[in-house]
Amino acid sequence: MAESSAAVRGGAGVEYPTDNYLTHTQGLRSWLFTLDHKRIGVMYLVSVLASFFLGGVLALLIRTELLTPRQTIMGADTYNIIFTLHGAIMIFLFIIPGTPGSLGNFVLPMMLGAKDVAFPRLNLASYYMWVIGAIFALVAIVMGGVDTGWTFYTPYSTTTNTAVIPVVLGIFIIGFSSIFTGINFIVTIHKLRAPGMGWFQMPLMLWGLYATSIIQVLATPVLGITLLLLIAERVLQVGIFSPAYGGDPVLFQHFFWFYSHPAVYIMILPAMGIISEVIPVFSHKHIFGYKAIAYSSIAIAVISFLVWGHHMFVSGMSNMASAIFSALTFAVAIPSAVKVFNWVATMYKGSISLATPMCYALGFLFLFAIGGLTGLFLGSLAVDVHLTDTYFIVAHFHYVMFGGAVMALMAGIHYWWPKITGRMYNERLGQIACLLIFIGFNATFFPQFVAGSQGMPRRYFNYPERFTDYNVFSTIGSYLLGLGFLLVAAYLIHSLFRGRPAPANPWGGATLEWSTPSPPPPENFEEEPVLGDHYDPYDYRGLVYDPRIGGYVQQHPH
Amino acid sequence: MSDAEAQPPQPPTPHMHEDPHENAYLAHHFDTPQQQFESGKLGMWMFLATEVLLFSGLFCVYAVYRASHPEVFEWAHRFLNVTLGGINTMVLITSSLAMAWAVRAAQLGQQRLLAICLSLTLLGGFSFLGIKYIEYKNKWEEGLLWAGKYKPTAEALEHLNATGHGEAAELGVATTDASSAAGHGGAVASAPAAAVTASAPAPVVIDGVKVEHSQIAPAPPGPQGMRLVERAGLLHLMPERAPRELWIFFSIYFLMTGLHALHVIAGLGAISWVLARSLKGQFGPAYYTPVDLVGLYWHLVDVVWIFLFPLLYLIH
Repeated sequence: MAESSAAVRGGAGVEYPTDNYLTHTQGLRSWLFTLDHKRIGVMYLVSVLASFFLGGVLALLIRTELLTPRQTIMGADTYNIIFTLHGAIMIFLFIIPGTPGSLGNFVLPMMLGAKDVAFPRLNLASYYMWVIGAIFALVAIVMGGVDTGWTFYTPYSTTTNTAVIPVVLGIFIIGFSSIFTGINFIVTIHKLRAPGMGWFQMPLMLWGLYATSIIQVLATPVLGITLLLLIAERVLQVGIFSPAYGGDPVLFQHFFWFYSHPAVYIMILPAMGIISEVIPVFSHKHIFGYKAIAYSSIAIAVISFLVWGHHMFVSGMSNMASAIFSALTFAVAIPSAVKVFNWVATMYKGSISLATPMCYALGFLFLFAIGGLTGLFLGSLAVDVHLTDTYFIVAHFHYVMFGGAVMALMAGIHYWWPKITGRMYNERLGQIACLLIFIGFNATFFPQFVAGSQGMPRRYFNYPERFTDYNVFSTIGSYLLGLGFLLVAAYLIHSLFRGRPAPANPWGGATLEWSTPSPPPPENFEEEPVLGDHYDPYDYRGLVYDPRIGGYVQQHPH
Repeated sequence: MSDAEAQPPQPPTPHMHEDPHENAYLAHHFDTPQQQFESGKLGMWMFLATEVLLFSGLFCVYAVYRASHPEVFEWAHRFLNVTLGGINTMVLITSSLAMAWAVRAAQLGQQRLLAICLSLTLLGGFSFLGIKYIEYKNKWEEGLLWAGKYKPTAEALEHLNATGHGEAAELGVATTDASSAAGHGGAVASAPAAAVTASAPAPVVIDGVKVEHSQIAPAPPGPQGMRLVERAGLLHLMPERAPRELWIFFSIYFLMTGLHALHVIAGLGAISWVLARSLKGQFGPAYYTPVDLVGLYWHLVDVVWIFLFPLLYLIH
């Protein structure tokens, strides 16, 4: 604690480097046509956070409507559209591309000691695919929105007269963005590691991104063909999913979840990567169980392809299939738990500084544990039948997606903010906002577990009177949550203009991105990094805090 | 920017190295052309994996509906033109050969041969699309289209029902109530209706394999409107008339071949781009990555068709 506060206070001795990736070329064109992975990462960051804002506003509208058991601010049809857009925007525009596109793009080449990703043009194309997809989503909103829920289940999605096609087409296009990023990361990790960096000298963030990329490359095309078939069903009536022509709507669910369950791990694996960086750095202690964390990322990626059926226990499957999917669902919890135990063991006897990124990481551990364990409730067949389509599900996936993926993204944004912008944010406000978000989040979603277990169904704009207290509590919590994020936005934007210049290594990290100035030069490193024989990204010996610059310096080469 | 003299400004776009001794196509973030080539190749293979998975969705659809509606597939596939499909298969395989040859020519720096091979590949691709167009046109005229547009013309309808009988008879049919049904032609016909008469059946030789017929008495007649059909020594229960949901087959046919045709068109675009660059003499032993990668893509398009052809045209 004392250490990190000092890090912020003592930043006066640092000069903002005049020639860096932000200032090297000027003008709008130099951004729109940039091939620099750092700038593309920043553009992604701004875009996904804008989507997060939009999705968040929709979430607050949903919560406001649910303040009373009857109609509060909108009717049932509007409510259907609002919750569908909330889900679709948050999933496809924000969480899936969020961490890989923004932070992943920014840090991956630097952690490898490379100048850029393997295919810079593809990287830019990936960003613009995202933009085009987002435009389609906006067009759909202008056309009156879509009311199918983000899962687009047939046969409703083939019969409703809302704007299904533009949204689905937009998501299809965003799929390309996801695939391009995935291919880029896999090839970059294979081919552009700095000389001397073996697979097991890579920071664990990269193992997380590698596993994510595998899923992006292998699962997204299946979503692509599913969405194409859905469009074909609406435009041509091909009779694959539409029962009117002898098609099978449950087949759509199989196809959809074959992508969308692995996609859950597209969202959480990079988050786990961030946590694997933040926890050792702020514990000032070597990561515990490096190989276990690395392999568990790959294990999660593999098993994630085999569990899609647990979304369909009540859709009509054989008992045998249900039992197998249930068992596999339990299996996927094992590698996740391996990670959690290793993170906790890393903190054991560490010298922990509760700087903002670490606060978010601790929040992640707490919330992800709850989210993961309630997932096991849902994975067991008998319990699932009772809880399907209740608010228990809503609470579970928000604990995993928000408590897991978003808390980790916040940890990552705060952790790399000095590197990305070259500025320090206000540490005290950061900690306060983190606390607000943590309390607001639990206040919003914990009551939903209780209401759900008592049978409150999801996706309705009103509910029986007896659930009123839970919903009022939840809505107040959501306002607190919104307030927390406004505070984050305020001090981060303030830091851009008034923040103290950041030192190269404000936290004492040993991964390569901290060895270059903040913000980094256009080609990442002033000199190409040369790694010693025993390079270890979690070896903090020799890193000494220098109060004059407010950051860490390497005392002697180890 | 005061040190611009000491360190020449490097735009963030990948610039070509100025040094004429170095490979002009080496991007700034790669150390060696070898590294760049290997990266490109790995990236292409990953992309091909995504393409395979894209098609895999349709292959799944095919498997699911063929398992649940086998009679639809058996009945409907006969309306595809095996001759045109077979010619198209040969055309695509030949164009793949030309493409492979083009890669070799690029590696050896044979500029003229490279251009010729790429042109031949293009020719193959366009021929494929032309033949496909004729097939689609025929289906359009017969009204044999996907579910929403499935409206067989009167002629096609008559043909549909007639062909079911006619072809089945040619293949050697035995109906359960008429064991004397004539079988003729082909190996099966050498023991007409043996399976259902069950009186001292003589073993038959089919493609060099001796097949003994079962001694067990035939099952009672099937559901109304169905009949037993013997084909290749196996009994099939076939509907008397064309099954109602024949459109399922045509939906799947148009989806699979349509998506494949889109890939052929994309491939033709890519090959044209490589051809244009090759005419400028941009490829040689030192740099032939685009030829190689586009070649890989074209082979994938070919391989997908090699799976589509038997699955759609050659059922039984």
